[in-house]
Amino acid sequence: MILIWLIAIPVAGGLAAWLLDKWAPGAPRWTALVAMLLNLLIGLRLLAPAEGPWLVAIDVPWIDAFGIRFHLAIDGLSAVLITLTNGLGMIAVACSWHEIDRRRGFFFFNLLWVLAGIIGVFSALDLFLFYFFWELMMVPMFFLIAIWGHENRIYAAVKFFLFTQIGGLLMLAAIIGLYIVHGRATGIYTFDYNALLGTAMAPPTAMWLMLGFLIAFAVKLPAFPVHSWLPDAHTEAPTAGSVILAGLLLKTGAYGLLRFVIPLFPEAARTFAPFGMLLAVIAILYGALLAFSQTDLKRLVAYTSISHMGFVMLAIFAWNELALQGAVIQIVCHGISTGALFIIVGMLQERLHTRDLRRMGGLWDQMPRMGGMALLFALASLGLPGLGNFVGEFLILIGVYPVHRTLTILAALGLVAASIYSLWIVQQAFHGRARETRHRLTDLTGREGTILGALVLAIVWLGLYPQPVFTLTRPVLDRMLQTARSAPATPLKITLAPAATARAAGPVEGDWHADR
Amino acid sequence: MQSFWLIPALPLAGFLILALGGGRLSRGAAAVVGVGSVGLSAVLTFWAVFAFLAARPEQGAFTQNVWQWIAVADLTPAIAFHVDALTLTMMGVITGVGFFIHLYSVGYMAGETGYARFFAYMNLFVSAMLILVMADNLLLLYLGWEGVGLCSYLLIGFWYRDPANGYAARKAFVVTRAGDTAMAIGLFLLFDRLGTLHIQELMQRAVDTWPAASAMPTIAALLLLGGAVGKSAQLPLQTWLPDAMAGPTPVSALIHAATMVTAGVYLIARTHVLFELAPAALTAVAAIGALTLLLAGFSALCQTDIKRVLAYSTISQIGYMFLALGVGAWSAAIFHLVTHAFFKALLFLGAGAVIHALDGEQELSRMGGLRRELPLTFLTFLAGAASLAALPLITAGFYSKDMIIWEAYAAARGSLIWWFAALGGALLTVVYTFRMFFRVFEGPLQTRVHHAPGVSMTLPLVVLAVLSLTAGFVEMPRTLGGVHLFSTFMAGALPMVQLDPAREGHEWFFQVLSAGLVLLALLVSWRLFRRPIAHRAAGADSPLKAALQRWWLAGWGFDWLYDRLFVRPYIFLARINRNDVIDSGIDQIARGAQTLYRTASATQTGRLRTYAASMALGAALVIALAVWS
Repeated sequence: MILIWLIAIPVAGGLAAWLLDKWAPGAPRWTALVAMLLNLLIGLRLLAPAEGPWLVAIDVPWIDAFGIRFHLAIDGLSAVLITLTNGLGMIAVACSWHEIDRRRGFFFFNLLWVLAGIIGVFSALDLFLFYFFWELMMVPMFFLIAIWGHENRIYAAVKFFLFTQIGGLLMLAAIIGLYIVHGRATGIYTFDYNALLGTAMAPPTAMWLMLGFLIAFAVKLPAFPVHSWLPDAHTEAPTAGSVILAGLLLKTGAYGLLRFVIPLFPEAARTFAPFGMLLAVIAILYGALLAFSQTDLKRLVAYTSISHMGFVMLAIFAWNELALQGAVIQIVCHGISTGALFIIVGMLQERLHTRDLRRMGGLWDQMPRMGGMALLFALASLGLPGLGNFVGEFLILIGVYPVHRTLTILAALGLVAASIYSLWIVQQAFHGRARETRHRLTDLTGREGTILGALVLAIVWLGLYPQPVFTLTRPVLDRMLQTARSAPATPLKITLAPAATARAAGPVEGDWHADR
Repeated sequence: MQSFWLIPALPLAGFLILALGGGRLSRGAAAVVGVGSVGLSAVLTFWAVFAFLAARPEQGAFTQNVWQWIAVADLTPAIAFHVDALTLTMMGVITGVGFFIHLYSVGYMAGETGYARFFAYMNLFVSAMLILVMADNLLLLYLGWEGVGLCSYLLIGFWYRDPANGYAARKAFVVTRAGDTAMAIGLFLLFDRLGTLHIQELMQRAVDTWPAASAMPTIAALLLLGGAVGKSAQLPLQTWLPDAMAGPTPVSALIHAATMVTAGVYLIARTHVLFELAPAALTAVAAIGALTLLLAGFSALCQTDIKRVLAYSTISQIGYMFLALGVGAWSAAIFHLVTHAFFKALLFLGAGAVIHALDGEQELSRMGGLRRELPLTFLTFLAGAASLAALPLITAGFYSKDMIIWEAYAAARGSLIWWFAALGGALLTVVYTFRMFFRVFEGPLQTRVHHAPGVSMTLPLVVLAVLSLTAGFVEMPRTLGGVHLFSTFMAGALPMVQLDPAREGHEWFFQVLSAGLVLLALLVSWRLFRRPIAHRAAGADSPLKAALQRWWLAGWGFDWLYDRLFVRPYIFLARINRNDVIDSGIDQIARGAQTLYRTASATQTGRLRTYAASMALGAALVIALAVWS
């Protein structure tokens, strides 16, 4: 039942917020905050080690004629991501406290429904249901950008919608394809994830179906070269929208790759892996270079997301325990650190009415506390040890190294590029002298300090003691590694530069590429 | 020994107090927290040294496991400390010299805004540096390594209002990060091949797994060397250090002279087992050291800014340490690291006192005649300069540098080439040191003295001056009685140098020769620089000499080269692709669709004739196609 609650509370809370708007102007945000707090508290109960593969599950028939079931279940990985969703959801509500001044009820309705959709995505185990939630989170997001966004919001919203929708349709086609292939082979027509695992199919079929899923998730991630919706969407969205986009929506792409693409199509994914890793490395470097060239601070932060999510994609296609654990931590920490940077941009925009770095400068004089926060999250973004992002990036790189040396070294150059753009943010916005006269600016208020302080605690904790997350996700990743490895191995047709030669210590457990 | 963790934790606590409550603390309270935390840490460190000497732990080290940081697959680094003789020496330097520099800062920074912020960053630095030297695994070492880099960035850019300081800070961070990335790749390689990052375990496995002089240890050692040259400002990554002088002078003394820049030396000494498996990498270390010490020495000779003289001098002296490491003279390298920390910190603090007295003046040409105005600074600076120049017998710098010069020749891996480089560098050192010294303290008064240093500034000067003169007596060559306290202490952590028996007998000859040449060089610089510049014929320099001076002043043009090789291409690439060529491509699809729809909707005119005409045309086309095919 707990899973139903997790989705029902934001859905109901959203409706209530919308209805209560007429009653009192302050009601929607309090309703939303309480709903998300409730969800967070309920969700915390999921963070316990489990006996079986799934922590909790609910499985009832939905549309029997097509074998569609209402099947929700979560394991450690989903639990971590759902906690992240609830936490960032609460933060998103809190940071919209004053920013949203029109149609508040409808705003919080959309916000909470996106969150409900995301929680659904992280817990659906029926592919049809998964697609349903996938679409559910898209529409309210479209409204968030199109109604409460900035100058160029319609363009950005339509672009976001078209990109993700095209990806979504390809995925729908692939889901139906898989359904039919499985049905023909076994006589059982079902959308159930566990049943579809290990479906035998001809390699070309598998490749096409995998590409259908892959493109949908790659757009969401976003991977190079289908990333270009993201800077526009991030820049134009209201702060809460950007936080949810960067912190959560992108993660559904990574989750999809982890949960569906590789377990369902291990062989096809392995064939594709060298390309996937190459695209990931391009994204790391290309995103970092573009970030450095931006003058709109929000756009800059948006491009850093492309770079950071490149690390996640690199790890997923490397497919070994170190890299995957790194990817999980990177997913969580990127959500926190980039979310925080977007929140800071939002605070700056509220005060300065601009996002243009060329018009900032010298802000430390008046706002040292905000400057300190921005510095800390910029450092997280460049991978400073002691903060969570470092753990993620280091584990990813050390895991990818035995799989592909050259790509690892190129990806490591991303660390240098990250320090260039991260320190550039601090320099342009907070250091130097003010480039134009401005009014007195107030430093962080209590509400703002609380929001950022909570995120600081989270990122430091994950940097110094990430072990609880590893403990929680380890069984899940182990199982996934087993599934993919037990698939019959076919020789690779496509390879880039040769991978590392045989290791002195022999193949590490879960080394997907060990047979090369 | 269950309280080692307190030694880095105290300055960290100081940082947290100052960072979170800095705005509300009074200046006095901020100073007490900032100086006190490092002071307590120093007391604990010296207590730990005594405990170490008393207990003589097995395997030469105390260890302490604080908590498990990460445990994924075989990667299980902990927050854990490994304290042996090498670590204790470094800790003594960091907390001892660090304490006096903190104390000095109380007076030096008294008039500055951001007082608490300054001490917060300094405390964070001390903590990170302690973690670096105490770490029992390379990942924790890397945490400290990046942490000190961060503090270096923060403190170089401490006066953030001037964009030039910000540029210098970012340059320091990015250049060292390039080296750090090489080091990180080295960690990937070591872990991939040997399956651990625990330093002692790693060294053991390296010896067990790899034959000497094979490719893998060489590559791994070279990658670690990449990190070391970045942090220690050696060729080819030395360019950031002269610009780092933009920070407050106590920062230059602590971070860019005494401690952080010697982290590369520490790293190589710490992983000496690996380097000994890779003779080619060791030769590279020696060559980098020899070349750096000479190039930086020439640059120091031409600088006009007192802090930049000291900066190039630091690069040059660390070159000596690298040279010593490269010939396997491990404890000589660490010995010079220690004495250098004393006398170079002293020189920076002395320079700070001068700059402070002259209200921020750093140009040598605007100084002069300060001997009578600042007598205490004069005397202590003289002690530091003598030690840097290695004046025989009476200075600490003599004993450590002489040990390196001698072992560069006499060690089994030594050679005459290394000896020549080291001796040449020593002569250069004398000349540029006393050029600076005479410019500052001799000749007529150029700039009026505004304020004399207070007690918090003079006390550290006196203490460091005493150390700069006497710290060398713990290790004296055979020819002078043979005291080996330092190398005996080090022997628990680092192997003794292997001397070539055939060369061992010439020691006294080489020593007399180099001591004589040093005195000669002193005489030369006295002749050349005692009189102020104006008294020499102006404009008499030949064009060649002037060009050479400009070239050396600019640090051999490395900045110019890197600007064109890396900085400009990167900025160019970023600029031309600001609007993301991929996005423009995708926008073309959208624009194509729009054009198509406009064309199509243009046909909907609502006029019957157009429709009729197009229908007829279409019908004709269809019929024509049918007939042809």
